[in-house]
Amino acid sequence: MKALCYNNVRDLRVENIPDPAIISPKDMIIRVTLSSVCGSDLHIINGFIPTVKSGDVLGHEFMGEVVETGSEVRKFVKGDRVVVSSVIACGECHYCQHDSFSLCDNTNPNAFMPEKMYGDTMAGIFGYTHAFGGYSGSHAQYIRIPFADIGAFKVPEGLHDDSVIFCSDAFPTGYMAADMADIKPGSVVAIWGCGGVGQMAIQSAWLMGAERVIAIDKEPYRLRMAREKGRAETINFEEADVLEALKDLTGGRGPDCCIDAVGMEASGSGFGYAYDKVKQWAKLENDRPLVLRDAIMACRKGGNVSIVGVYSGFVDKIPMGAAMNKGLTFKMGQMHGQKYIPQLLEYVQSGQVDPSFLVTHKMGLEQGQEGYDMFTQKTDNCMRVVFAP
Amino acid sequence: MTQTKVTSAEYIAEALPDPIGSGSAYMNVGTSERIISAVAGLALMSFGLRKFSIPRLLVAAAGAALVERGASGYCPVNNMVKRDTSQAAKPESTEITKSLTINKPRTEVYQFWRKLENLPKFMQHLSEVTQIDSKRSHWIAPVPGGIGKIEWEAEIIEEVENEKIIWRSVPNASVDNSGEILFKDAPAGQGTEIYVIIKYLPPAGAIGGTLAKVFNPAFKQMVKEDLRRFKRLIETGEIPVSESRPSGKTPTAEDNSMDKIEKKYESPLL
Repeated sequence: MKALCYNNVRDLRVENIPDPAIISPKDMIIRVTLSSVCGSDLHIINGFIPTVKSGDVLGHEFMGEVVETGSEVRKFVKGDRVVVSSVIACGECHYCQHDSFSLCDNTNPNAFMPEKMYGDTMAGIFGYTHAFGGYSGSHAQYIRIPFADIGAFKVPEGLHDDSVIFCSDAFPTGYMAADMADIKPGSVVAIWGCGGVGQMAIQSAWLMGAERVIAIDKEPYRLRMAREKGRAETINFEEADVLEALKDLTGGRGPDCCIDAVGMEASGSGFGYAYDKVKQWAKLENDRPLVLRDAIMACRKGGNVSIVGVYSGFVDKIPMGAAMNKGLTFKMGQMHGQKYIPQLLEYVQSGQVDPSFLVTHKMGLEQGQEGYDMFTQKTDNCMRVVFAP
Repeated sequence: MTQTKVTSAEYIAEALPDPIGSGSAYMNVGTSERIISAVAGLALMSFGLRKFSIPRLLVAAAGAALVERGASGYCPVNNMVKRDTSQAAKPESTEITKSLTINKPRTEVYQFWRKLENLPKFMQHLSEVTQIDSKRSHWIAPVPGGIGKIEWEAEIIEEVENEKIIWRSVPNASVDNSGEILFKDAPAGQGTEIYVIIKYLPPAGAIGGTLAKVFNPAFKQMVKEDLRRFKRLIETGEIPVSESRPSGKTPTAEDNSMDKIEKKYESPLL
């Protein structure tokens, strides 16, 4: 089969590789119909996640059609249309049984790696380097789904692929961001990052009864989408001082809930940005925590900071004094897709949310490099490139 | 059945006896005597191999035996006459401890482990364990590289159903070892905590000592990975794997070595 593989930093190639096969009776194989780029892939492609190897198949946000099931797969038969959670969970460990699927004890075969890096192991993730399990990714014609009954979900009749694919990762991540931010009726919510996850966080904040949603980015077309599709107020951080603007917009209080949907490769300006960029280049710091610093400084006293943008290692100059003395609450994590997907499919089916507006470009795997370049450089108003292998 | 939690004193396992020094861990030649043996042996070998003749060959063979006596610290003649000059150099056991929590009831976890035939399902270095009687068992492990196998017998020396098992290899095992596993209820219905302590005597002598130093960290990691596989097998019924070939390129042996993976991930971060 054809697959889009990592070859080197910012160098992806389409390779011919063997088709996946069922290894465990709980596996199934699906033919991938759509597979999306994701901002977190860029951390890998730009060389910030060190356990990627030349030849690894990328991609973790996808849907498809079942072509083969293992003998213990109960929920699916050949021909079913499914959307699959990016994180792989066993369903049996303590974490899975308490809805914390991305913390699964058992699905990372390379557990020793995160154990050294992070002190414990988390769930494996499709196409997300060897530290996260070394599973083959979805930018391919076929993919093996381990623990299929836990991780895959049948797509309701009548829904278009474009509306469903983001239930694999971007929607549950945005929804979990809003959930962790503890948004209540009346809450004022600020969301940094208007990419796919940020847009989904905006939608989710409204679902949870937010009073106002303020979105922050620098790309005019992304801010426009946040206003038009997300009914959000927007701040362009290249044109305005974000901290001042947030105070001014909220009666001097600051937002009740601050969501970081950007993570370790934040861009910005000024001394802080240059400082982080140099340290990151010299490998003295993995992550550029510009958004996190802003979120802490902007957040209302006693407010909530929710982090779904990915961080991989160490960060510098976190204003811990502000966080402590303002009594902030932090919640963060990789999304627990298996917990949220059934509910999100209902939102899509009922028409309350239609994430299909995120699909701005569709390509074949052969245009993989081109697609990621476009996504990275944000040319042609690119929001998400989706491959149809 | 109520239980108290494991205390640190218990975890240090004062009750766990040291393995009995025998086999490769046994030395009966003192350090200075070993040096003399080795030097004299080398001299004899060098003399014996300088020219070819039957008497010289015999001298060389005697030299080789002395070198071996020096390197291993074990002398069969000393053993026969019950002479032991190694008082200062008794082998010290290496101890590995590991605890983890398994999301299954204590009886189930205990039963799975107590059926010793199950052990090779998650202990990668074992090929077979057979129960000889209720206490004794026979263990087989292949030697890495496929150049044979090592076998030994072990016996359970203490056992409390659903609570603990203590075992020890019987004398003359290839690697003398003893071990203890405790089973405790985890708080708040989180399943079972297991506490494992394994002690073993590294093969003795100069070569054995060096080998042990090189292999101890790898052996510790191996034991820990074995226990992780135990948890995964008993919780999910399988040991999850990513594709044997996750990659679009035919992996080289070098790509596949754990060393390389570890180095690659370690250097930029830590």
